[in-house]
Amino acid sequence: MSENKKEEIIKVNHITKRYDDNSVLEDFSLSVYEGEVVVIVGPSGCGKSTILRIMNGLEPIQKGEVTYRGEKVDGKLGSITRIREKVGMVFQSYELFPHKTILQNVMLAPVLVQKRDKKEVKEEALQLLARVGLAEKKDSYPRQLSGGQKQRVAIVRALCMHPEVLLFDEVTAALDPEMVREVLEVILSLAKEGKTMVIVTHEMAFAEAIADRVIFLDAGQIEEEGTAEEFFRHPKSERAKQFLNSFTYEKK
Amino acid sequence: MNWEVIGSYLPLYWKAMLLTLRIGWIGIVFAILLGVLCAIVRFYKIPVLSQLAGVYIEVFRNTPLLVQLFFLYFALPKIGIPIRADFCGALGLALLGGAYMAETFRSGLESVAGIQTESALSLGMNKSQVVTHIIFPQAFARSVPSFVANIIFLLKETSVFSAISLMDLMFTAKDLIGLYYKTTECLTLLVVFYALILIPVSVLGDRLERRVRHAEFGD
Amino acid sequence: MPNLGIEVLFKGTNMARLLGGLWVSLRISLIAVGFSVLLGIPLGIIMTAKSKVIKAFTRLYLEVVRVMPQMVLLFIVFFGTTRIFGWNLNAELASVIVFTFWGTAEMADLVRGAFISIPKHQYESAKALGMNSLHVFLFVILPQTIRRLLPLSINLVTRMIKTTSLVMMIGVVEVLKVGQQIIEANRTSSPNAAFGVYGTVFLLYFIGCWPISMLSKYLEKKWSNT
Repeated sequence: MSENKKEEIIKVNHITKRYDDNSVLEDFSLSVYEGEVVVIVGPSGCGKSTILRIMNGLEPIQKGEVTYRGEKVDGKLGSITRIREKVGMVFQSYELFPHKTILQNVMLAPVLVQKRDKKEVKEEALQLLARVGLAEKKDSYPRQLSGGQKQRVAIVRALCMHPEVLLFDEVTAALDPEMVREVLEVILSLAKEGKTMVIVTHEMAFAEAIADRVIFLDAGQIEEEGTAEEFFRHPKSERAKQFLNSFTYEKK
Repeated sequence: MNWEVIGSYLPLYWKAMLLTLRIGWIGIVFAILLGVLCAIVRFYKIPVLSQLAGVYIEVFRNTPLLVQLFFLYFALPKIGIPIRADFCGALGLALLGGAYMAETFRSGLESVAGIQTESALSLGMNKSQVVTHIIFPQAFARSVPSFVANIIFLLKETSVFSAISLMDLMFTAKDLIGLYYKTTECLTLLVVFYALILIPVSVLGDRLERRVRHAEFGD
Repeated sequence: MPNLGIEVLFKGTNMARLLGGLWVSLRISLIAVGFSVLLGIPLGIIMTAKSKVIKAFTRLYLEVVRVMPQMVLLFIVFFGTTRIFGWNLNAELASVIVFTFWGTAEMADLVRGAFISIPKHQYESAKALGMNSLHVFLFVILPQTIRRLLPLSINLVTRMIKTTSLVMMIGVVEVLKVGQQIIEANRTSSPNAAFGVYGTVFLLYFIGCWPISMLSKYLEKKWSNT
């Protein structure tokens, strides 16, 4: 595969994740390469979001390891925060900081964590906000925005940290249908720029349009893996066919 | 109502109110400090300290201030710890209030933690940055209604200070009723002076609550 | 080790007297809680009405209770009624009146809060299922209201018990007062009795209130996700 020539950014290596006694992921491995858009799909509760959370060190694992450009992602304070700077994450529930304005939300981490110059960060933040069509909202508070607008801000907030990888955890699942598009357009434009991304989503049309590689996950295992074309047009496994069928309707 | 009597009693009540305010405010300040301390210890589950704080909170939330004061004031000297009445009043109020404030701040902290913390962590913030920039400001805003209720509660509780012979408003009223039987005037003044202390606090508290709600979270 | 004066409690009928005093406090709180619940529930329901007059009156009532120390109310009822009506009001009765006045306001506010916290769509979806208003109230709204209300009302009981300690200040002979009498009577033989006796009273209050608080917390947690 051509990806193999590119540098491996995140590697999830033989990990096992359990909640209490329920195993969510068992001996799971996945590598993400530079410039690649990996989309993870699968039925609810199959562990998709857990993978993203583990990649960002938010979830303790029982076995295996996660490496970022060869460096181990573990609970150690210094390394984990440095890696998180490089790995941006956008949540389903936006999680903007309600006590800060939109601009402050975007500027907080670059200034605080990366100690960047305030003026320069502000300039960039305003540019990014303008790019997603929200420049005039810079002094609003999150509560004054719609769900779609909040999610676009959350993406900008992650982008302003200049991450090398972006993780999207079902970012449109909480949105009204008419707001889904405005968010997905932003993500598509990032893909065109060649950003490295790992996306968990239920939007199959979007997944097909954006993915370089699709991972179909079922019960904590990779059931099928391939290009968007392969997976959506010619699924091999029975489970994948069933899963894709569940998105189409027929009047009997 | 005899206005002359009221006029002659005014300075006595004024003095009593100042005493209540003086002890009350010292007690409340220490209650807040103690509460913040215990809330943090409980929130981070610091071993030993967390359990100690837990016992302290339960004991002082489940006993009346009057009994606490009797114990501090009359019982402690018997084991060689004498204590001044005004100091005892402030200490009792601080201990009682600390237990209530601790629960207020802790539930504020807990209501913010969780995924807000994760989103801050995912931006590369370290734990102390998350606490100072994300958790504390929001936790405080969420604690405000209960915080205001605690302040009003504690100020009302100061009315038992007379039991350890502090010459507060209750003491003055009871004393004057016993001496001159001007009951109506004495009780009227009592109500007026407590209203003087508590209505401004209640109004300011309401305003603070509304401001915090609007500024931080809307509606 | 200094003499802590605990032996006084085991002299003669002292312990029984102390517990008798505790019963006086408990009796006052239980009667007051009973009346508060009886009066507070209907008042709370009335307070959900939209009438401006009702709102103004209940608001005033709640504000008075919120701002005035219970001690002041006790003084007004105990000393004030004697002055105005010439009655010599029994101190225990005065206490029950004051605590009922206070408890009713608290209870009514809890009831009002519980009712308005039930989302409107609960009424609507029940109606949409074809239930009539009575059925909606009995089977949908009331059970949810009780779940919200019960932990908070139980909490009111502990606050009531703690507040009854104030009644000694108007001369009711309850646990603290009995303690004081015991200490007085034994001051020559047990000069340190204050420690043992007040320590015991402290403990008695804690033993009385703590389990009730725990119950309230337990119910709140248990029902918070339903």
